[in-house]
Amino acid sequence: MRDVAIIGVGMTKWGELWEKSLRTIFTETALLAIADAGVDKIDSMVVGCMSSGLFVGQEHLSSLLADYLGRTPVAAARVESACSSGGLALRQGFIEVASGMSDVVLVGGVEKMTDVTGCEATYALGTAADQEYEGYHGLTFPGLYAMMAVAHMHRYGTTREQLALVAVKNHDNGSRNPLAQFPFKITVEGVLNSVLVADPLRILDCSPITDGAAAVVLCPADMARKMKKPVVRITGSGQATDTIALASRKDLTWLESTHIAAQKALAMAGRKVDEIDLFEVHDCFTIAEIMVTEALGLVEKGRGGRAVEEGLTARGGRFPVNPSGGLKAKGHPVGATGVAQAIEVVKQLRGEAGDRQVKGARRGLTQNMGGTGGSSLVHVFEAE
Amino acid sequence: MAGIIGYGAYIPRNRIRVEEIAKVWGADAPSFKKGLMLEEKSVPSPDQDTITMAVEGSKRALKRAGIDPREIGAVYVGSESHPYAVKPSGTVLAEAIGATPDVHTADLEFACKAGTEGMFIALNLVRSGAVKYALAVGADTSQGAPGDALEYSAAAGAAAFLFGKERLVAEVLETYSYTTDMPDFWRREYQYYPQHGGRFTGEPAYFAHVTGAARGIMDRAGMKPADFRYVVFHQPNGKFPLRVGEMLGFSKKQIEPGWLVSKLGNTYSGSSPLGLTATLDIAAAGDMILLVSYGSGAGSDSFVIRVTERIDEVRDLAPRTRKLLDTNKVYLEYGAYAKYRRKIRKAE
Amino acid sequence: MPTPSRYWREIPQRYRMEAGKCKACGFVAFPPRVVCPACGAREFVPAKLADGGKILTYTIIRVPPRPFEDQAPYAVGIAELDDGVKLTAQVVDCDFADLKVGLRVRLEFRKLSEEGEAGIIYYGYKFVPE
Repeated sequence: MRDVAIIGVGMTKWGELWEKSLRTIFTETALLAIADAGVDKIDSMVVGCMSSGLFVGQEHLSSLLADYLGRTPVAAARVESACSSGGLALRQGFIEVASGMSDVVLVGGVEKMTDVTGCEATYALGTAADQEYEGYHGLTFPGLYAMMAVAHMHRYGTTREQLALVAVKNHDNGSRNPLAQFPFKITVEGVLNSVLVADPLRILDCSPITDGAAAVVLCPADMARKMKKPVVRITGSGQATDTIALASRKDLTWLESTHIAAQKALAMAGRKVDEIDLFEVHDCFTIAEIMVTEALGLVEKGRGGRAVEEGLTARGGRFPVNPSGGLKAKGHPVGATGVAQAIEVVKQLRGEAGDRQVKGARRGLTQNMGGTGGSSLVHVFEAE
Repeated sequence: MAGIIGYGAYIPRNRIRVEEIAKVWGADAPSFKKGLMLEEKSVPSPDQDTITMAVEGSKRALKRAGIDPREIGAVYVGSESHPYAVKPSGTVLAEAIGATPDVHTADLEFACKAGTEGMFIALNLVRSGAVKYALAVGADTSQGAPGDALEYSAAAGAAAFLFGKERLVAEVLETYSYTTDMPDFWRREYQYYPQHGGRFTGEPAYFAHVTGAARGIMDRAGMKPADFRYVVFHQPNGKFPLRVGEMLGFSKKQIEPGWLVSKLGNTYSGSSPLGLTATLDIAAAGDMILLVSYGSGAGSDSFVIRVTERIDEVRDLAPRTRKLLDTNKVYLEYGAYAKYRRKIRKAE
Repeated sequence: MPTPSRYWREIPQRYRMEAGKCKACGFVAFPPRVVCPACGAREFVPAKLADGGKILTYTIIRVPPRPFEDQAPYAVGIAELDDGVKLTAQVVDCDFADLKVGLRVRLEFRKLSEEGEAGIIYYGYKFVPE
């Protein structure tokens, strides 16, 4: 296997992009990534997108996006693993370069979510759950994570305030990210007084509905060095699955797929988790970040709530989690999230993260999750 | 001897009081309460309909009967509010209780007597030996037009009866039906609410048919009112069954155990059948019960029933009807009731 | 609009709680499966789920997906049935204040949703407090 580097990143401002279509959002970010990489040609492209079919009624994105990027007949693939589609695209691009199959691979993620009503968007996202045995009963993603929260609170004494603190921390980080959908701070009171979505989760516990895209360019690390680019290598990639039906899990309070994906990625990188300087994780809901920190091994089982309360996961803490603002503040265009997480880590490792720079960051980790943890992708990145 | 081997009742937990309806239409609540002896009625939740109530009532009947549902040879659902205009309720019921595919099924409709109609057919299929067991359910989620007198009574509930020749809870000694053509109450195809003949629904309709059926069956059986411990009449309101009982020579004491209407409303096809379940709940071995239904259009089915010793073994295998009626209630305001009953016009 | 076949084929599960019990290890699969997720065996015998259990976790859905718009707010829970199988369903006939971990529930046949005013009605199970 060849060492793989990320040599270009591209992302535009996320939010409700009423004027822009899926294809335009994607193309703009892809052009930024290609320009940042300084490459003329790409051998292949892989795009993560969860549900363009339900959100904009468009499938066959592989060719559509290659066409609008002006790159036909480039090889192109669209991959899907619910909200971890972006992470999966990154892994597929990584495998393609590492294997020697392609040299320069454009990895993108995109979701255009505001062309449907809230009810339709909730439905579309809900298709990542077991449609026959969860969706049939009216479950939503906030509902599923709310049930994980109730179980976690009941078992470990995690508090409503601890959940709120995750959102407060991530908005504090996001207030320093100009590309974030919601670049402003919020308060614990604000979270606790926001409207209920699925008890006990309130709207400010939830990542938003977002239009957005993200793109990176991968190539062999040797090629990157020759190009005199700042080299950030992907040193570990791990992926794991679990039941998509929450009720089928042995433990409703534990993200086994994230745990296994992280172990695989760290083993591949030859690193221990405490050697990692920053983490971009899948805080689709506040409870998710708490459970992810436990599954990654940053804290013991059940201690995730206390960790955020104690500042362990703050930007200046022992394990900075979501310096970008996370899904909560940055936005969550589901297919793009996994790629945007990689972009934040690259910027941090390049020292280009501005106000939210984690000082001296050399190694970063991303964790991207589909459904309630039915799929997880973890990547480890290291600066040279 | 054929008869009832298991019975089960189902009543939704929602209620609305007469005052709450009267308030909206500027009607005089005390006159409904006194004149028609109605206090409140059951209301189905949006997720309850004739089929769901029939299934739950039938499961309770199965618990009391203690038989293998695969041995049920016939399933009949009587209702004037079948959820589908075309597609049977009975197939869902038969499937849900595990009686398919070796089963005959039909949906029946005859205003408020579709339940006893099913009982009549089920009983006679068992009597004839055509099937080992047969299930009959009377269930309704009836609607009265907003502001109409019927809105104060149209209620929801189901009663299910399993018939067989062994393990009898009650023997059916005699049956008799009294039927004429009578335009007292109707609902045309594609119409949402029924219409009725006002006071015409009384003397020539309800009273003529109920007394006709009651007298007819007593003649055939050689019995008189005093021979019965209990009597259950169709209960479109509180007053009618009491008055018809008086006309026939029954005492209030004979009627009272099965007289549910003041707190339940008129559950249409479920009305007299639910009265029978409540009566069986408190009956003793050897008690004689007269059941007389009434369905507009019009007809009355009547049954002479003798309770067996097995009643004591089975009555508490499922909830008693009075318990369903008197506990776990939730009172709705008219707004929620109107939403539940889809009386509010929404955007397409 | 989906064809009714999708609903129809789940009827044994939705109406009668039919599951498959692994002949090799006893794992109860609901819905039934081809391969036992516990031991990999492929032979199952029909089984019926217990009709009661206790709530492990729950929530109240206040922002519903289609076609549940008119039902919100509604409670949903995961219960561990008396045979150990975990099942997801709505919790109805229950005041929200009474929802708690450990609440005893039984299964009741209810309407889940419908395909508009003219389409088919989707039936199935819900939890109600015992």
